[in-house]
Amino acid sequence: MSSTQVATPETSSHDGRQPVRAGRRWRRVPPLVWVFLLVPLAVELAWVFWPALNSFSLSLTKWNGVGAAEPVGLDNYRRMFDDPIVRTAVTNTVIWIVVFGGLSVLIGLGLAVALNRPRRGVGLYRSAIYLPMVFALAVTGLFWRVLYQPGGTVNSALENIGLDGVARQWLADPDTALYAVLVAAIWRQVGYIMVLYLAGLKGCDPSLEEAAAVDGASAWQRFRYVVFPQLRGVNTVVFAITVIDSLRTFDIVWAMTRGGPYNSSQLLSTYMFEQGFTALNLGYSSALAVVIFVLAIGFIITYLVRATRED
Amino acid sequence: MTTETAVDPGTVRRSANVGPRRRGWIFHACMAPLTLLWVAPMVFVLAVAFRSFDDIAARGLGALPASFSLDGFSTALSEGAIGRALANSAVVTVIGVVATLFLASLAAFALSRHAIPFSRTILLTMLAGNLLPPQILLIPVSSITQSLGIYDSLFALIVVQVGFGLGFYTFVLHGFMRSIPNEVLEAAVVDGAGSARIYARIVLPLCRPALAALAALATTWIFNDLIWALTVLRTETKFPITVALLNLQGGFVSNWNVVASGAVLAAIPTAVVFFAFQKHFVSGLLVGANK
Repeated sequence: MSSTQVATPETSSHDGRQPVRAGRRWRRVPPLVWVFLLVPLAVELAWVFWPALNSFSLSLTKWNGVGAAEPVGLDNYRRMFDDPIVRTAVTNTVIWIVVFGGLSVLIGLGLAVALNRPRRGVGLYRSAIYLPMVFALAVTGLFWRVLYQPGGTVNSALENIGLDGVARQWLADPDTALYAVLVAAIWRQVGYIMVLYLAGLKGCDPSLEEAAAVDGASAWQRFRYVVFPQLRGVNTVVFAITVIDSLRTFDIVWAMTRGGPYNSSQLLSTYMFEQGFTALNLGYSSALAVVIFVLAIGFIITYLVRATRED
Repeated sequence: MTTETAVDPGTVRRSANVGPRRRGWIFHACMAPLTLLWVAPMVFVLAVAFRSFDDIAARGLGALPASFSLDGFSTALSEGAIGRALANSAVVTVIGVVATLFLASLAAFALSRHAIPFSRTILLTMLAGNLLPPQILLIPVSSITQSLGIYDSLFALIVVQVGFGLGFYTFVLHGFMRSIPNEVLEAAVVDGAGSARIYARIVLPLCRPALAALAALATTWIFNDLIWALTVLRTETKFPITVALLNLQGGFVSNWNVVASGAVLAAIPTAVVFFAFQKHFVSGLLVGANK
């Protein structure tokens, strides 16, 4: 963050003379510097881009990991339309994006606004809300598994406030499993979203809000019409990150339900993993991975465009 | 939470009326319960971890603790082999973080301080690699490690982590290195320092704040990883903590004190990193997202 701010004056002068000198300076790049660049680049090409390309070609085959892959054209993609679990997984993924994104942004933004101004206790509140985000998703999942057990804390708490009828086996019930996992995931994500919005609010011009207050705008009006429009940049980033993260979500579901019971909490990512590493349908699994990629690419580009624009 | 003393004396002196004081009280009345609600899951898991098996079996998982025992921890460490898993995670994390940041700083140095053609395209391509859903890499990565003969080794896990993380760290360090004023480097060039020397003696020390932020972030990311470990490891003795925990959960199905102890042991290292480097950690999160 600080880097962008400091970089601005330097950037312009750098960009300004690059066209003139480009030819000469190109030749001046010492061989050692090329090594500096090419070694990391080669590592990333070999372990990210090459495997990614392989997934595309694998998705057009039928393969169980042994022997040669048998080309089947677009069969794997056609098969998805008749696969009821894919339908569940797609629905669940959409629910995940909407609920996970919506609630963590609402709570995170609300908390950021509440904890924006320095006052006594703010540091303590912030730390408490940040803390869950440092735990592994697998650890978070296990924490909540303990809490959701029959006779566990969640059910005891519900019984104590007189909601005996609501208590159930949250993770073993196909109607609630996905939402039980979502609660755990949101619990962990809110701190992260709050960090992003706190930084965004710091970048807002306080004199605008003061001027609006002088003109008699209510607290809500000031937030809605003065502060919120200034958060547009953060909103774009949060939106892109949330969707990219949702499409990748795997660990917490795997730790809590493994997509069950009866595939009721299956996401595209967990179903892909199960098909690939349990059922060994490597071609079909790759096709599912390609679908996840296609869904994510638009948001990846959004994030990249944003990254270049401020540079 | 001490709600009575919520408003600092300065505020009260500045405005004699009760407005700010009452607003402060309302603020704490809302935030204190919410924060407690946020902390509660961690407290309950801790409570379960320190209860004895008999206590849980007799009085139920949700009951208030009536016993104090370290049995859960000792079982998790001995039979659950959580100690070994933590050691594996430590090895992967330390080597992974150092190697990624080293390689990323080299690439960032080349891209930010030299007239590399298409440097912008290279940088954004590298960042894009980090944003890809890992799902699209899993199966090919698994088969590549098999054909290289490194499948089921911690080395494979480290290499994969380094490759996948590089783009993001390069991008952040690039932004930081570009902000170093030219004058600082030109003085060294005049003195006849070569690229390696400029990198090691000037650029890297100046990047210390960015490196600290990224190190705090990378530590939690690599330590917390589950999916790559599941992809390239098979032997139990090589599992990092996240995979070992899932095994523990399968092996000690109704011993909730053991499972909770394991989860607490896995949470401690990242919580320590967080509390020790909270400022670095938070700025690390921002440095990537606020661009």
